[in-house]
Amino acid sequence: MSGILFLIPIALFMGLLGLGAFIWSVRSGQFDDPAGSANRILIDEDEPL
Amino acid sequence: MSNSDVLAYTRDWSLGDEHKEDSPFEGLSAFVQKSGKSQHLELHVSGAKCAGCLGKIEKAVGALEGVSEARLNLSTGKFNITWQGPLPASSIAETVSGLGYGVSAAAETDADELQRKEERELLLAMGVAAFAAANIMLLSVSVWAGAGEMGANTKQILHAISGVIALPAIVYSGRPFFRSAWSVLKRGRANMDVPISLAITLAFTVSVVETIRGGEHAYFDAAAMLIFFLLIGRFLEARVRRRACSAANDLAGMSSRAVTRIDCDGNALKVNPGVVAPGDILLLAQGERAVVDMALADELCELDESLVTGESAPHVLTKGMRIYAGAVNLSGPVQAKALSRASDSLLADIGRMLDAGEQRRSAYRKIADKAVALYVPFVHSAAALTFIGWMLAGAGFRQSILIAVSTLIITCPCALALAAPVAHVVAAGKLFQKGIFLKSGDALERFASVDRIVLDKTGTLSLGVPQLSDATDQKIIADAALLARASRHPLSRAITDAAGAGPVAPSVKEIPGCGLEANIEGTLWRLGSGQWIGTDLGETHTRNLYLQRGDEEPIPLEFTDRLIPGTDDAIRDLEKAGYETEILSGDAEGRVAEVAHDLGISRYTSAASPRDKAAHLEALREQGHKVLMVGDGLNDAGALSLAHASVTPGTAIDISQSASDAVYTGGISSLPLLLKLSRRTRNVMLQNFTFAALYNLVAIPIAVTGHATPLVAALAMSFSSVAVSLNAIRLAAFAEGK
Repeated sequence: MSGILFLIPIALFMGLLGLGAFIWSVRSGQFDDPAGSANRILIDEDEPL
Repeated sequence: MSNSDVLAYTRDWSLGDEHKEDSPFEGLSAFVQKSGKSQHLELHVSGAKCAGCLGKIEKAVGALEGVSEARLNLSTGKFNITWQGPLPASSIAETVSGLGYGVSAAAETDADELQRKEERELLLAMGVAAFAAANIMLLSVSVWAGAGEMGANTKQILHAISGVIALPAIVYSGRPFFRSAWSVLKRGRANMDVPISLAITLAFTVSVVETIRGGEHAYFDAAAMLIFFLLIGRFLEARVRRRACSAANDLAGMSSRAVTRIDCDGNALKVNPGVVAPGDILLLAQGERAVVDMALADELCELDESLVTGESAPHVLTKGMRIYAGAVNLSGPVQAKALSRASDSLLADIGRMLDAGEQRRSAYRKIADKAVALYVPFVHSAAALTFIGWMLAGAGFRQSILIAVSTLIITCPCALALAAPVAHVVAAGKLFQKGIFLKSGDALERFASVDRIVLDKTGTLSLGVPQLSDATDQKIIADAALLARASRHPLSRAITDAAGAGPVAPSVKEIPGCGLEANIEGTLWRLGSGQWIGTDLGETHTRNLYLQRGDEEPIPLEFTDRLIPGTDDAIRDLEKAGYETEILSGDAEGRVAEVAHDLGISRYTSAASPRDKAAHLEALREQGHKVLMVGDGLNDAGALSLAHASVTPGTAIDISQSASDAVYTGGISSLPLLLKLSRRTRNVMLQNFTFAALYNLVAIPIAVTGHATPLVAALAMSFSSVAVSLNAIRLAAFAEGK
């Protein structure tokens, strides 16, 4: 029982952290172009040697 | 007009000048936004589909001088460029177009902005609901798992924590539903959001009371999960709508729409059409399309009004006559006085027809709406009867209301809310890949019920661009081309296309409405209409030209209007699929009959005015036909909006695009796919609704008899939502396979 007392707040805190990250990512426009983001990782940005 | 008028307006085309063509992207500079030193432009790029395209475009434009940012949004096709320095906007567009992609100015409207905000708000609400649902579920699972062993106090604490998480989440994420429910309730009606809001509010209130009293069951998890699932549907719907609208808008926002205004000092200035006011003097360059109605200020000009009237033969206008928006100038540059603003020019009268069609269309009831209309009273009365029944059976107020609320929750339309949007998203996404842009998801339902297809001719079936018939002698073509190369008239261009590159005669004179003439080796050569040349071979076919070399007998040159490649296959596919086809054109009888014959279409109407077209559609509707109208011109706009469903090619003018349900860019051959996928989508949606009904058939007895514990509600809700979504996703595989 005493375990719950700190485990639940920790779980909620971590959940809120995730929620905060999600809200930030939406606000910074990371969900505006899902197709582009999926493809962008395939572009090799390094200059050829 | 008298002959002296004509001669007074002859225009000299000296060598070297006539081949200097404007860049097609010249007008883009009117769309550039400046802030401080940096300039910003938003373009719409079509054809970019993969990482390769994305990298190629961004790298090429990023390498241009002064470009600080070049970012392409692959989902919407919007390409944002920021740069400093003297780089002209047109060279950015040329770079993209040089890579083989379509490019035009993106017209960002207030509606776009509003939709983007709505989508973002729904996404945030969904995230909050997901957080709440997941965390409450965590606590609920321990309550369920500990059933029988867990102490009453522990359970109460867990319920209380759930309630604390649920309250802000419901208040924040539930707003879209509460708002919509409230707005219809105020008008004394009900939509799907009414039972949803009621279920959420009641579930929360009852659970709070139960928690305080230390009761057995709390429905916080169900309330949060309900909102989460429903928001998924809402979000998907918003996304489809936004993507479709922005694509269609941008297709309409062609770069050529920037207009040249002559200010009082006589300076020509490219401006955004939005700022043109009545009375402004505008310069209509050769080949340019009028974007506002105007009165011709010069003596004479020749126009291609095929988008306005559907007739493909050019029209000659004299001073003071009205140039309708949508007409293309075929003669040399002319000045004209604007008669209206761009926003209201295109048609007070066609606007009326559009409104009528719009009303007709909004009267169409979506399958989902029909389902809801049956569903809402059913669920409410089921819940009310449950409550009354348990009260009469002597269960007491608290138990009766608890069971009634659980009935409301378990029957809540998660599956119903997801059934249509998921199918729409998948189908619209597939069509988007094939170059078909849907205006709204429910258009798919109307496409699915079509039984007759009415097609416009010019611009839809045929290219609307004349081509020299194959039988013409090569020597004659080469001779005619000597004159034709100096002109941009469509018939001249057809000759030039057939002849290929070559010399042009010196000082060719173009006489609008008549033809071309030049002095070649001491004799007068003329290329023009039979009437002007003075030969009347009995046939007054406007598509014929005559070439007269000196005193020789005039030689006729015949032109035909070619079909768009792939049209015959598309029509055959449609006939095979059981659709009746029909041509409805404003063009002359002979040309329509020819096309109809070539395509094997037996029903056709020619020389139809816009009013005739609308009346024809009206008549078909009264006969009980569900008509799909395909057309591109201004003369089709009324008919497009009156039809049961309508499609328009990407080359059409904006008024037609906005009057229709979908815009295709890949040619008419995409029509069979569109119709097939629509039918398939409707089937999937019907399956989903049937499933949702069956689900309720099973769930309601469980709930009414008081067996719908929070655990059962959670399982049932998730199962039905996932099943419906998976069924809809099958559509993607269908479109891929065929």
